[in-house]
Amino acid sequence: MVNAWIVASIVAVVAGVVGFFVVLRGAAFVAHAIPNGAFAGAAGAVLVGVDTIVGLGVFSLLGALTIGVLGRRGRSDAVTALTLVTMLGLGALFLSVSSEYEPAVYSLLFGEVLGISPSELAPTAALAGVCVLVVALLYRPLMLSSVLAEVGEARGIGRWRMELAFLAVVALATTMTVPVVGTLLIFSLMIGAPAAARSFTDRPQRALALSVALALVTVWAAIALSYTTNYPIGFFVGASAAALYAIGRGWAAVRRARRAPPAGARAARHEAHPPERHTILT
Amino acid sequence: MSHFLAPVFEVGFFESDAVRTAVIVGAAVAVVAGALGVFTVMRGQSFAAEAFGDIGTSGGSGAFLIGAAPLVGFLVFGVLAAGAMELVGIQRARGRDLATGIALGAALGLAALFMYLDSTIHNTTGVVVTILFGSIFEIAGSTIPLVAALAAAVVAVLLVIHRPLLLSTVSPEIAGARGVPVRIVGATYLLALAAAVALCALTIGSILSTALLIGPAAAALRATRRPGRAVLLAAALGVAAMWLGIVLAYDSYYWPPRGNGWPVSFFVVTIVFVVYLLSGVPAWRERRRAHAATARRAFADDRGTPHRATAG
Repeated sequence: MVNAWIVASIVAVVAGVVGFFVVLRGAAFVAHAIPNGAFAGAAGAVLVGVDTIVGLGVFSLLGALTIGVLGRRGRSDAVTALTLVTMLGLGALFLSVSSEYEPAVYSLLFGEVLGISPSELAPTAALAGVCVLVVALLYRPLMLSSVLAEVGEARGIGRWRMELAFLAVVALATTMTVPVVGTLLIFSLMIGAPAAARSFTDRPQRALALSVALALVTVWAAIALSYTTNYPIGFFVGASAAALYAIGRGWAAVRRARRAPPAGARAARHEAHPPERHTILT
Repeated sequence: MSHFLAPVFEVGFFESDAVRTAVIVGAAVAVVAGALGVFTVMRGQSFAAEAFGDIGTSGGSGAFLIGAAPLVGFLVFGVLAAGAMELVGIQRARGRDLATGIALGAALGLAALFMYLDSTIHNTTGVVVTILFGSIFEIAGSTIPLVAALAAAVVAVLLVIHRPLLLSTVSPEIAGARGVPVRIVGATYLLALAAAVALCALTIGSILSTALLIGPAAAALRATRRPGRAVLLAAALGVAAMWLGIVLAYDSYYWPPRGNGWPVSFFVVTIVFVVYLLSGVPAWRERRRAHAATARRAFADDRGTPHRATAG
């Protein structure tokens, strides 16, 4: 139980951090596709007899690369969908060849937080550390590129390079979280808490901190509820993600309404905070 | 004839009822998916198409729980989700993807709950794999009329709204100015998509549903700029991929490991993916030719003049 608590907290921190950029970039589809497709890697790993985490890592990275490379020229959402179904098709093949995999499928989709062994703690924590470190190193360029891609490009932050880096981070987060909490749960965590956080505040750092905090609260509440009611944890995470998002949207709507008359207020605010001046690099 | 084609079609292909059903249903589904897919790809709503498949999973497991037909569960959940997405109704693609993601997350949470209840009440989790990976060889012949009716309904809706839908896809502003009810048209399209995905996911599984909706349409839109032609091409590509996949899957029963066929979904998805990659080849060659021409010109201009790399 204590293990579950620790691991789930680690996962929540990673989901809060990575999810913040997922929401900022509007990359919900990618956050759904990479974990879901990587599941085929787990099936393949079982087939050839290597550790699940290796299969997950290889497939999530391959998926991220495919999306990045093909998405550069094509429509990125169509490319994401095609990459996802191709990986799932491979997963169907692996499953059909190895016949005794069904319970494992269920646990990979929905996770088994409550059944975590102490030996899984160290690798999860290490990967989480790497993931957060990478995001910390990339924070400024990734932030600028996500919000104002054109300005970023003018300052030498390649849009495509940042997209690839971001996809790699999602792949890394997938590799560490899926064995623990399952593909479906990590998706809800990466979307719900950060989306709510974003509608609660306008400041990036505060939104990031809030996103992590909300993800932690969601996971803790879900574990407690799942423990007492015996219902699956994924249900509570999914429901609370949707509820958080609804509350966030409601909050934003109330705040907008309170700022009436909107046009004048917005103009006044704009004057108080003139847009950032860009230093011209020569 | 069978003499020449013996290496292609293994013994008993044309005699099998399961294969006949699969060929008919597969073609019908591929045509509907191709037509609807062109609009889905143009509107950038691939995520919604994929999400409806997964959302249907919760509908299917919920229906299993209360003993209703899976199609009812798929449709009810699809319609509810379409309503939720439309209600959030953000027009920008970024916010729309987020709304789709939230609806998907909530539905998957429900799916987890329903499957847990299924496994405690009915003592089986087999329904998970069946719904996710569905098998076209396991369709009962009796479902053909139902599938045909639903497919016809979707195509009819599409025929009615295709002009305003196309306009409001390409330019919502112009459509609005011309009096097209953009939002209603969009909602109608979303409902048609939900119904189509329910149809596809139930007959061929949710993986193939997404593959057939997005793949042929994306490839067709790279090959032609005309929507009408793209619809025809997408439908044709979808049917071809489906049939080729069925033939290969049938033949694969005779491949190693013997007696254990490879899944249809694997073949169809792979074919679709390759077709999409091939559809990018002309544009890629065009770009290469353009690069080469630019380089040649610059090389000619550069003759005799010293380096000017750092100028500007």
